[in-house]
Formats: sequence, structure tokens, C-alpha cells
Amino acid sequence: MTLAAVAGPGLRAGEAHAALRGVTRIFPPADRRQAPVHALGPVDLDLAHGEFLAVVGPSGCGKSTLLEILAGLSAPTGGTVTFEGAAVQGSPPDGVGVVFQEDASFPWLTVWDNVAFGLRRAGVDAAETARRVDHALGFMGLTGFARAYPAQLSGGMRQRVCIARTLVLEPRLILLDEPFGALDQQTRLLMGDELLRLWRDTGATILLITHALDEAAMLSDRIGVMSARPGRFIDMVATGWPRERDSTIVADAAFGEVTARLWSSLRAESLKALGGER
Amino acid sequence: MTRAGWIRVALVAGAVAALELATRAGWIDPHTIIPPSAMAAALAGLVVSGAILPDIAKTLSNVAAAFVLSVAGGFLLGLVIHAAPRLRRALDPLLATYYAVPFFVFYPLLIVVFGMSDLPIIVIGFLFGVVAMIIATLNGLDRVPRVALKVARLARMDAVSTALVIKFPAATPYLFTGIKLAVAYSFIGVIASEFILSGAGLGYAIAYAYNNFDNPRMYALMLFILVSVTAVNMVLHTLEQRMLRRRGLVR
Amino acid sequence: MTGAPAWQRYGDSVALLAGLVLLWWLLALWAGEEALTGPAETLARARELAGSRRFHAHVAESLAALGYALLLAALGGLALGTWLGVRPLAGQVAEPILVALYALPKITLYPVILLIFGLGLPAKVAFGAIHGVIPVTIFTLNAVRTIRPVYLKVARTLRLTPWQAFRTVWLPAALPEIVSGQRVGFALTLLGVLIGEMFASQRGIGFVIINAIGLNDVPTIMAAAFLLAVFAATVSAILLKIDRALHRRTARA
Repeated sequence: MTLAAVAGPGLRAGEAHAALRGVTRIFPPADRRQAPVHALGPVDLDLAHGEFLAVVGPSGCGKSTLLEILAGLSAPTGGTVTFEGAAVQGSPPDGVGVVFQEDASFPWLTVWDNVAFGLRRAGVDAAETARRVDHALGFMGLTGFARAYPAQLSGGMRQRVCIARTLVLEPRLILLDEPFGALDQQTRLLMGDELLRLWRDTGATILLITHALDEAAMLSDRIGVMSARPGRFIDMVATGWPRERDSTIVADAAFGEVTARLWSSLRAESLKALGGER
Repeated sequence: MTRAGWIRVALVAGAVAALELATRAGWIDPHTIIPPSAMAAALAGLVVSGAILPDIAKTLSNVAAAFVLSVAGGFLLGLVIHAAPRLRRALDPLLATYYAVPFFVFYPLLIVVFGMSDLPIIVIGFLFGVVAMIIATLNGLDRVPRVALKVARLARMDAVSTALVIKFPAATPYLFTGIKLAVAYSFIGVIASEFILSGAGLGYAIAYAYNNFDNPRMYALMLFILVSVTAVNMVLHTLEQRMLRRRGLVR
Repeated sequence: MTGAPAWQRYGDSVALLAGLVLLWWLLALWAGEEALTGPAETLARARELAGSRRFHAHVAESLAALGYALLLAALGGLALGTWLGVRPLAGQVAEPILVALYALPKITLYPVILLIFGLGLPAKVAFGAIHGVIPVTIFTLNAVRTIRPVYLKVARTLRLTPWQAFRTVWLPAALPEIVSGQRVGFALTLLGVLIGEMFASQRGIGFVIINAIGLNDVPTIMAAAFLLAVFAATVSAILLKIDRALHRRTARA
């Protein structure tokens, strides 16, 4: 599949919610004897309004770098990033929420205060903060744990706290960097259902980075497959799932076809990445 | 050497040069601080004349004795306490507040118990060093990986060989922290006791020189202690880094 | 540490303390009254000291010196450690120097302090602060440096101002280790002030002890040392309690 097709049928650049154009990232060497590391790109990507897009790729392919550039956490070496028509230049824009793979809940705050954290910093008034926090806790199934500290919760619950903390700010674009990477398989499926529900209810655009092919296939409208380092898109798979869907889709025959296609695109790249690490 | 290392050397050299300049130019009263070059010259004179060699020998041998006692005693006590969880729980608050109590107030009592010899000073150095070693030993034994102990059980190893072959090497990084602290505390305990209480050793010699307004001698002795303590620490640091690197704990 | 019931934990601690007092009593019996005062006599002398006007003046002097020195060490170490923690290169340059200074018997430098500050309160304060500021700085530096990077990423994606990020993320994340540093700092500042009072001083608890040593007044040495140990252990235990509570909350399952 060519890059023109990757941009998505019927999508012009002006309509995209967020867009990457010719984005590259080259890390300077740790010392003078080593060569610079070409981690990413060039990459072009258009995210349509309300789309759920997953990015899969072999380890070390620059998936997380891609997300950090889109989030404004790091600046690209080359190329441009736009969100809602404005350039993103190495500082996070308003309306973008990020959930990280690592547990990023603050251990010094209760669950309730963790979720309220961003609202308070943004100067939202107390009544509105309480309304939104209680709603988000209910939505994520955390109501009974509002007064608990993160250390008292399981890993899956802590990740829900982080998702709720992002959610209450009502982001229009949600970026998730392997958010369920540390969880067991059953919990991942259930968290995936919650993520789909959240996506439908909020109408947000979602970009999900993952290394799990089944997770990508189950959740997404489109799946971008990246090559081994330096990461580029080598395939873009449209799943064609209805907007109303959940984890039971894994039993569908079409689900098997999608994961099979993802694996056939990825197999050679994963071998490359494996060899490169030796 | 790393960039930070070069900056550090330049910083220290710059500070010494600045002190030299300030004292030579008279911005600092020579009755307060003498130029570093004068300190070094005075130290060289003292060493060549042999005047401070007995004091050096006395202090260093006391520090060495206190150090060996606190490392050996701390390790053994650590093993015992680690094996008795109830004792450890009861002891825990005492260990944690131990360093808030200044021991050398007990010097006169130690003289009564051990007589007028080097022993009371060595005991004070030991009292300073031993608890750091106990705490480090407990920390180290806590962090012996459980899977390593399972391997020992599968290999049907007895308690002594498990301690020697599995626990001791696994705990080494933490023991090293204890050893470094034991050196520092042995120096501190011995020299502080000499300074305030005793009639011999480098600590006493500094106090004596201060009371007799003998600045060159006083600063020469200070320089000697500063250099020797730093040298011992650098050697230990190098050994520690080598061990940690081999274990992949630092780059 | 959990697992054992509370009564057992407190019971064991009390039993241990009782054992130590017993050991003290036996030692006093063995060494004789002139060499080592027993627990009861020490307590009696301590009560006598605590009621004397002259002793109060010494206590006030020591507390004043300790208070100023603690203030300098705590705030100075916090500021310096934070600064070194957020600037990686400065931290790398400074840390080995700080560790070397920590290991140095600072008593050797006391004459220099006396020559600069003269005899009196300022020299004691300076000497106490020098003892305390180094561990506070080292702990704070490490606390700030080891804050998990993901917290700082969260602060950036939530678009916090630098002051908001410092107050609501950096500070609470580093707080447990900072409190540990203050605890070590307290112990060493007290040590520094006491050493300062034991050498070339006419006032303070340290002077009371060194004076009693000179007069071979064993009950006073024991009583003053006892009161000092109780004070130091009490403050240290309170700080330890805060320290443990903060660390427990932060510990991850």
C-alpha cells in the first residue's frame, strides 16, 4: 500500500483533526564515537475527527517517539505537526490528553484528588470539578475507591485512575502509549471495552500505541503498521468495524483476517528488530 | 574522565587558587587563614622533620582498628538481627534514632572501663561505625533475590554455604555502602575524641596548635587529614564502581 | 514492617528497653558508683538538673544554637539540593564533593570556624549548620533527581506553569526522601552544635558535659547525657514516624 492510500480515502489535509507531515526524529549520539540514531520517519499521518487509530510495530521502532511528538512532549527533527489547524511545536497543545504505559498516578494524592488534579490546576470551580470527577470515577468503576491511595490499588485500577485524570479534562484528542502493557490479558480485554465506551461517549479522536496485534485489531477503525527502526508506515489496515462494538468481536471471522494481515506485514520487521538487538 | 569530572577538578583547583590569591593579597587576614601553599610547605616540613609521625601512626592505627571492628562486628550483628525478625522489629526504632545520640560523652566512662589507653577511643570509633554497618547488612540481606534462595534450596545447600555463596555476594553492593560509612564514621569518632578529650593523636595536635596560635602547624595537620580521608574515600569509590559495573548496576 | 500484632511489637520494644536498663544497672554495679552511675541515681540527678535555674540557661543557649543551625541547614540544604537536582551537570559535578565532605571529620575544621566567627553563638551555629547542610543537600539532590520522568511528562501534558509543577508534582514526589534527609540532618546538626559547645565554649549542654568530665563529676555527665539522649531520640522518633508514613504511602504494591 502506498503512502497516498495511507492518508485515508476522501480525506483532505484541511479536514484532519491532527496531522504529521514528513516527520522525522534523529537522536544525537551519546558520545562522539557513535553515529546519531535515526529513530523515526519520515512519517505522514492524518487523524480524522472522531477516529480510533492504532499504531503497531516491532519494539524500538519509534512508536512512542511518534506519540511524544504528536503530544508536543518532544520536537521533531524535521517535518510539521498540526493539531486542529495550529502547529504543535514541542509544547503540549490544549485539548490533547495523554495516558502513559507506566503507572503515572500520583502516590501522594487520593484517587479523587488524582482525578481532580488537572481541573484544579486549570482553575475549574469546585462544584464543576466535583461533578466531573464523580462522573469520571463512576464511568471508570472507581466510585468506591475515591478515598483510597494508589498504593492500595491493583495495577489495572491505577491505570483507570490515570485514564480518568485525563478524561475529566474532556480532551478532544486522546493519545495512549501502550496503556495496558503492564496488565494481564483478561484485564486488557475489559479495559479495551471501557476504552471503546469512552470513545463513543466522548466523540474524541483516539491514537493508541500498542505492541499487541489483537488489541489493535479489536479496538480500531484503522491500524498503522510501522517498520523496524527508523519507523515508517508500511501498511494501513482499515477494519471496517461498526462504531458500536466490544471485545466479543474477537470471535468474529473478520477479526482473524485483520490480525493475520497485521502479522504478515510485521513478521519480517519484527525479525529485523530482533536481530538488530543482538 | 567525564565532562563533569573535569569541571569538578577545575572547580576545586579554582577554589584553592582563589584562596591562595585572597590570602596573598591580604583580603583574608593571615591570622585567620594562611595560603594553601604555606599549608603544604608546613606539612612537608612536619613530615620531613618526623615531628608528627607518632601522631599520624597513632590516629591511623586507631581508625584502622575501629574500622575493622565495626565492619566485622556490624556484619555479624546484622546476620544475627536479620535472622530474628522479632528482635529486629523491636530494635528498629533504636537503630533509626541511634545517630542522634552523641556517644563521645561516654568517653570518661570508657576510660574507667578500659583504662587509660587507646581502647576507649577505638571503642568510640567502633560505636560510630558499627550501626551503619548493621543497617547496611540488613538492607543487603533484605534484597537477596528470593529466586536465588530457591536455587540454593534446589541445590540442597546448607545454611553456611548458602550464606557464603549466595547471600554474601548478593548483598555485596549494600555491604559496600556500609563499609564506606564505617570508614567515614571511624575517622569522625576517633578524631573527634582526640580533639576534645584525649592527649594524643592528630585531633589533639590540631586542638593544641589552635590553642597555641600555631597556624602553620594547625593548617598543615588539617590538610593532612583532608587529603588522607579523601584519598581513602576515592580508593573505596573506585573499587565500588568497578564492582557495580561488573554487575551491570551502573554504566 | 507489618504482620505482628501491635501489642507484640510494643511489648518487644519495651522488653528490649528494659533489658538495656538492666544491663546499665549491672554494669554500674560491676564498675562501682564513682565510675558509672546507675539508672536510679542518674534519674535523680537528671531531675535535680532539670529543676536548676543555671541548667535552664545552658539548655536555652543550646536550643538557640540548635534552632538557628537547623534553620540554616534545612533551608540551605533544601535550596541547594533542589538546584543541583534539576541541573544534571551541576549535580554530577557537586555530588562527589558533597560525599567527600560528608565523610570528612569536620571537627578538624572547627578552629577555622572559631577564627572566622570568634568565640560564641555564631561559631556554634555555623558549625552545627555545616554538619547538617551536607546530608540534607545530598538527600534532596537524590530525591529531586530520581523523580519518575513520567510525572514530569504528566505535568507538561496538563500544561502546568513551572511554579504549579514545582508545588504540586516535584515537591510531593520528592518529599519522602527530603524528610529522610532532614532526619539525618537533625542528628548531625545536634552533633555539630554539641561538639562546638564542648570546645572553647562557656555555655550550653556540651559545656556542662565537658565541665563535668573535667571535674570527674560522673552523675552530672550521666544525667546530662541521659537528658540529651532522651531529647534526641524523641525528636528523631517523631521525624521517623513522619518519614515512614510518607514512604509507606508512596510505596507501590
